[in-house]
Amino acid sequence: MSALVIIAAITLVALWLGMRARRGHDMNLEQWSVGGRSFGTAFVFLLMAGEIYTTFTFLGGSGFAYGKGAPVYYILAYATLAYIISYWMLPPIWRYAKSHRLMSQPHFFSRKYASPSLGVLIALVDVAALIPYLVLQFKGLGIIVAIASYGAIASTTAIWIGAVVVTAYVIVSGVRGCAWNSALKDVMILAIALFLGIYLPIHHYGGLGEMFRAIDAAKPGFLTFAPRGQGIVWFQSTVLLTALGFFMWPHTFASSYTARNERIFRRNAFLLPLYQLILLFVFFCGFAAVLKVPGLTGGNIDLSLFKLSLMTFDPWFVGVIGAAGVLTALVPGSMILTTASTLIANDIYRGVLARDADDAKVARIARFVVPVIALVAVGFTLNGGETIVALLLMGYNFVTQLFPALICSLAPRNRVTKQGAFCGIVAGVVVVAATTLMHTSIGQLLPFLPDALKDVNIGFVALAVNVVVLALVSALTQPRAGEAPTHANAH
Amino acid sequence: MSVRLLAALPFIGILVGVPFVNRTEPLVLGMPLVLAWIVMWVVLTSAIMGIVYLFDPANRDDGADAADVEVRS
Repeated sequence: MSALVIIAAITLVALWLGMRARRGHDMNLEQWSVGGRSFGTAFVFLLMAGEIYTTFTFLGGSGFAYGKGAPVYYILAYATLAYIISYWMLPPIWRYAKSHRLMSQPHFFSRKYASPSLGVLIALVDVAALIPYLVLQFKGLGIIVAIASYGAIASTTAIWIGAVVVTAYVIVSGVRGCAWNSALKDVMILAIALFLGIYLPIHHYGGLGEMFRAIDAAKPGFLTFAPRGQGIVWFQSTVLLTALGFFMWPHTFASSYTARNERIFRRNAFLLPLYQLILLFVFFCGFAAVLKVPGLTGGNIDLSLFKLSLMTFDPWFVGVIGAAGVLTALVPGSMILTTASTLIANDIYRGVLARDADDAKVARIARFVVPVIALVAVGFTLNGGETIVALLLMGYNFVTQLFPALICSLAPRNRVTKQGAFCGIVAGVVVVAATTLMHTSIGQLLPFLPDALKDVNIGFVALAVNVVVLALVSALTQPRAGEAPTHANAH
Repeated sequence: MSVRLLAALPFIGILVGVPFVNRTEPLVLGMPLVLAWIVMWVVLTSAIMGIVYLFDPANRDDGADAADVEVRS
């Protein structure tokens, strides 16, 4: 019962914080979606870090360590490299967004390439990638509450309550609500992860080194990369691919618009790598569970952290862990919800249906869309089976397809045409969808390759196809001086 | 300008270095060697980006964001 009280209390605090975040601000579209571009280092930092500490990392990070061992190390590596890239990539994006008063990621592309249809395409890709991500947060929320309340609240009930809370404060406060709750979430998760990651190995094994020795003795090879499958080549290709895709998530991309100035990104590039070391302690929790709660398989590996907590701690403390877990679902969920509704209102509604709609109208539509998206996500959460996992894997590779067109658009003289960008993204997305749905690996696709290359992440094929198409179509549609573009493709 | 090249080191360390340290023993700070190697690069990345920041002329004070410096200093 005490666990339940703590989880309920933190949910109410989140609702209250989210609601009061609007205070003192006239919630027009720019305030609602990008916080009036007024956030300082701390808030931008938290919004960007929000991407790292989602239910995926809390449950999934420990579950991945528990179930797969060494491959989990990639999570630590890819974000680090992504932050290095951000030092040079985010300032020009922010400058352009500010001078053109952009609200969303597709907005950026449609301005850069002077092509509204490109904006609509990207908005569609974004929404297709975001919904499964939101579903995953809700799913995680249901699992956490059901376990941490010792079954007193069914996961279905928890999902509905969570969806209502998030919807309420997103409608009222938009991205400001997300920022305030990010602060609460990060303080809690930081304390909990540090404590668990240090305490669990010591309590159950006598120390960190002892724990890893025991695991190594029981499961030789578990702590290093295997020769095949999710081995070294898989690690290298996945780290590189996901590092490129990291800032292509529309909610991460758009949270860069909230910054007050561009120097904030450069400063964050050296703070964020250290900050995400907290993930290391989440891994320790998962490793601690390996020998203590053996036998979890399939989707259940995500429960390892909570199963171990249940046998280690008193109910009230399980409640505290559960409350932190609830926040890791609610906060990213609210960011995704804000972004997805901005996308639909600003880029799909204004982009296709009503080109001359003013900001006030778009802001009204965005708020109206919030509960609709939440309902769709709840529907998928309660009814979608394994398909949603496939969709999520696709999501990351989907947004990565935006990277080539983005990088080219930042060059002083962009040779890529709007047709090239459009066709490249379509080609990349089609390849991702086809290979994910058919569970193709590079080994099956290109059987003549040497063994080592067969474990390269399949996402690279899509990215390569994307770049080739982008280059070819751009070459064909290059506007020539003094001559009308003759090869302009229709779309 | 050349300071920026430092930023390439973590890519090399993580992407190219890992095959050479793919071992459990010796444990470093209680962690398997390969994990400790990646953690070391995370910490070094932070240090490197700090150096890049300090030497980057784009961050010389123009007074524009003096207010912001206070938030985190």
